[in-house]
Amino acid sequence: MRPHAGVGRLKPAPPSNMEIASLTIDGIREGLLARRFRAEELATEALRFAEAENPKTNAYLHFSPERALGAARRVDEKIARGEDPGALAGVPVAVKDVIVTRGIRTTCASKLLENYIPPYDATAITLIEEAGGLIIGKTNCDEFAMGSSTENSAFGPVRNPVSLDRVPGGSSGGSAAAVAQGTAVVSLGSDTGGSIRQPASFCGVSGVTPTYGRVSRYGLTAFASSLDHIGPFARSVKDAARVLGVIAGRDPRDSTSAEAPVPDYTKALDGNVKGLKLGLPREYLKDMTSESGSLISRGVEVLRQLGCEVREISLPHTDYAIASYYIIATAEASSNLARYDGVRYTSRSADSATLADMYRNTRGEGFGNECKRRIMLGTYVLSAGYYDAYYLKAQKVRGLIARDFRQAFEEVDAVVAPVSPFPAFRLGEKVDDPLAMYLSDIFTITGSLAGIPCMSVPCGRTAEGLPVGMQILTRHFGETTMFKIADAFERAGGVN
Amino acid sequence: MKITEQEVRYVAGLANLNLSDAEVARFQGDLDQILEHMDKLNELDTGNAAPMSQVLYEAADTATLRPDAPVLPLGNQAALANAPDSGTGYYKVPLVIER
Repeated sequence: MRPHAGVGRLKPAPPSNMEIASLTIDGIREGLLARRFRAEELATEALRFAEAENPKTNAYLHFSPERALGAARRVDEKIARGEDPGALAGVPVAVKDVIVTRGIRTTCASKLLENYIPPYDATAITLIEEAGGLIIGKTNCDEFAMGSSTENSAFGPVRNPVSLDRVPGGSSGGSAAAVAQGTAVVSLGSDTGGSIRQPASFCGVSGVTPTYGRVSRYGLTAFASSLDHIGPFARSVKDAARVLGVIAGRDPRDSTSAEAPVPDYTKALDGNVKGLKLGLPREYLKDMTSESGSLISRGVEVLRQLGCEVREISLPHTDYAIASYYIIATAEASSNLARYDGVRYTSRSADSATLADMYRNTRGEGFGNECKRRIMLGTYVLSAGYYDAYYLKAQKVRGLIARDFRQAFEEVDAVVAPVSPFPAFRLGEKVDDPLAMYLSDIFTITGSLAGIPCMSVPCGRTAEGLPVGMQILTRHFGETTMFKIADAFERAGGVN
Repeated sequence: MKITEQEVRYVAGLANLNLSDAEVARFQGDLDQILEHMDKLNELDTGNAAPMSQVLYEAADTATLRPDAPVLPLGNQAALANAPDSGTGYYKVPLVIER
């Protein structure tokens, strides 16, 4: 799985398993334009491969062959007519099952939405298909994106393709696993407090949480609206940058989407990071003594050798991030999840005599443990008498955390940090300790609260062979700098 | 103790969530532990800090407004297609007014 691997070896026959697993966006484009294979052949083979591999990991909940083959035929027709087939022409894309797809079941990994067929497409889906991308299937995740291990799916956990007895991270575990396994070239996930970056780090792929508002949330099932993002996973930084370039931009259907122009993020990927100033947060260093931490230190050393200036900075309110996040996120979730009431989209509990009973029974039977826990927590912190003590206080602390980053970016171009305190853990290992699971989100949550772009880029493996990710955070709309640093790091070979 | 079983039942009522006795006991323990951690915020004097309810950046005041142009709505049939029970263009629900 070398990044930037081309498809020059391909014969006129359609790409086979191993070739699918090492394809890149550029490689597919070259192959299509040189008529080495057609998009329809590639789609057929990619679907066959993904379906055959899926029992190992449970990364996909369902496949969408008709949709993928239809999109592929449109790409082939464009090429036959001599038209540009688009920036993602023929690229197999897996999509987290919290992003709605017209006519394709979208379950949010919840029993409540087991049979939900959305009547519209998310904007990100429309943009992917307009660019020639092929939606091959919907990926497994924690129910309503709530979790850090993908063990909260109503349809069974996902296994990490790197080590099958371990979790892929979460909540976008299926999207990370699909790309790591090679069954999709890129995928879409969603990130509220680390749900793209943490599984990317656990599975050894790149995962990007763009600036809040950079990608339209229209069609992303709402978890915590002030924190929700859509972002890409890819096996190379360049492919991740390409996908973001396609899905970013203002959308009249999401009033929080930003007007800011979308640059070609791949243009700046020249490997030159000389003189860029990187900040290492003092508050994170105490947790960098672990094996993951020492890999991050080596990663920082690589960046220093590439010419970056590294200095220690302070993000003084880091210790308060978890409490602030889990108040705000659960409060917003308790409100957003109120819509699953057995009336409009969900299944309904049978035999309830009154409407009120029907609501309570449907939700009691339908939601899994973690969703219930968060609905309870969110309802509690918003309830009369507690609002000021919890919700308002948490919002004030959120403001202070955002200010920490603003001040840091007066001094440095980017912040470099770990993604997770530890690599992928074993299935079942942390499932009974919700607070411990929440606390493990410490390094990803701060960037989420500030709404800044952040990504995880592979940064070596532990002695046991488990991937570790390094996080790069930049100022609002600083994606170009973020990709430039991550790409230079990848070109230099990471820490290996 | 931050939260009692009775409060857990009250909050579950607010959230329209039917919980079993075992769930009430479990969530009482879980929430108690989590709320204990959240008390950490009280160490911090947030004084005049402005609450942050949304990510904001430099943009024109009208940047979030879309043109006031009519668009076609989803349509009744599509909107009802996923309902567990519907008829004559409406959602159907059990008895609303309890006697």
